[in-house]
Amino acid sequence: MKKFFVFLMLAAGLALAGPSRAEDLPPDVLVKNVTNEVLEVVKKDREIQNGNTRRVVQLIEAKVLPHFNFTHMTILAVGRDWRQANPAQQKALTDEFKDLLVRTYSNAFTSYKNQTVSFRPMRVQPSDTDVTVRTEVVQPGGQPVKIDYALEKTPAGWKVYDVTVEASSLVMVYRDQFGQQVRSGGIDGLIAFLHSKNQGAESAGKAVKK
Amino acid sequence: MKSKYMRLSHLTLGVAAACVLAGCAGTNPKDPMEGFNRGMFAFNEGLDKVVIKPVAQGYDAVAPVPVKKGVGNFFSNVADVLVGVNNLLQGKVPDATSDLGRVITNTTVGILGVFDVASEMGLEKHNEDFGQTLGRWGMGPGAYVVLPVFGPRDVRDTIGLVANVGLDPVGRVYPVNVRNSMVGTRLISDRADVLPADKAIEEASLGDKYAYIRDSYLQRRENLVYDGKPPRPKDD
Repeated sequence: MKKFFVFLMLAAGLALAGPSRAEDLPPDVLVKNVTNEVLEVVKKDREIQNGNTRRVVQLIEAKVLPHFNFTHMTILAVGRDWRQANPAQQKALTDEFKDLLVRTYSNAFTSYKNQTVSFRPMRVQPSDTDVTVRTEVVQPGGQPVKIDYALEKTPAGWKVYDVTVEASSLVMVYRDQFGQQVRSGGIDGLIAFLHSKNQGAESAGKAVKK
Repeated sequence: MKSKYMRLSHLTLGVAAACVLAGCAGTNPKDPMEGFNRGMFAFNEGLDKVVIKPVAQGYDAVAPVPVKKGVGNFFSNVADVLVGVNNLLQGKVPDATSDLGRVITNTTVGILGVFDVASEMGLEKHNEDFGQTLGRWGMGPGAYVVLPVFGPRDVRDTIGLVANVGLDPVGRVYPVNVRNSMVGTRLISDRADVLPADKAIEEASLGDKYAYIRDSYLQRRENLVYDGKPPRPKDD
């Protein structure tokens, strides 16, 4: 009887906490919800439509970033050199790479206007730990652009670790360029390189706004 | 016979000289002709900046949305013919059948391909070409090469391009002036389609657009040959 009671409590707890939390959403639903939420905000926000990149960055940081695994992304971008970086360097690399991706992503969002996103049907098995959610972005008058999200199952829910635009990975594309930086200046060289690019882009953005 | 050798060696000498001048350091093993390629890339960028992009921007601004959509769909439908042929050559019979269904549906119900009815019906558009077929058959990509006007390719895709151009249905159109304006319209329509990506690419390329485009191209082609499931690099 006591066991049954505990079971009931657990079941009730799961039911309450379950589907409403992002951690428990299946990957396809998660991507769909986040995409629709972001598009909804973009549609209403005048400043974003006028190209205010900082507003987009804020939006991406609030809505999209929590569902990305940047450490995994950085590992994929850096490749085998990742292992020779110490924990502090790994953190610095991840932070810089995150900045870069957020900027690229935000720019893409302000360039496309009135786009609609359709989601390819998929079946997620309960045993799946690594899936690809396939979407198509349609710009009015344009041909559809395929954007795929690779997600992995983590204790904190499904996390995106790779984004592919028309079969081209926004993450893996940096492997050769990063490898070259490491060969010429070591891990710190790569960190400094990314840092200077991020700083440069930031000040360039401010100069344009003035 | 001798003169043929002479010419060949002259050509080699010329390329080698160009390499020395432009700095063919060859740091990337996939890109042994980097010096030459960077020159050609700069040429293509100039052509885009001065001619192709401005025309595409004009087209994008002037043409109404349904017209742009119809033009894009029309050429997409024409391209589906060779997509189907390549799926067949790769032994993917269900995909080839679906491509054939797309072409028949869109050419008839979709009024010469202006409306993409097939996609609405759930017949997915595929991405195949002769370069991918050669890859499927086991041919490696070979060196990276930037072609004038056509842009980034590798050796495998350059061979594929010859087949694609030779069998291109638009190339059979007669009279020649209609064919030429169709080729031109397709080029502009394709360019207009990717206009919004320009800024993002500048931002993502970290100051070396040539390297970014190259790495992106090689990686994308590898992905396409394996239909999105390439063997993962080992050093993850």
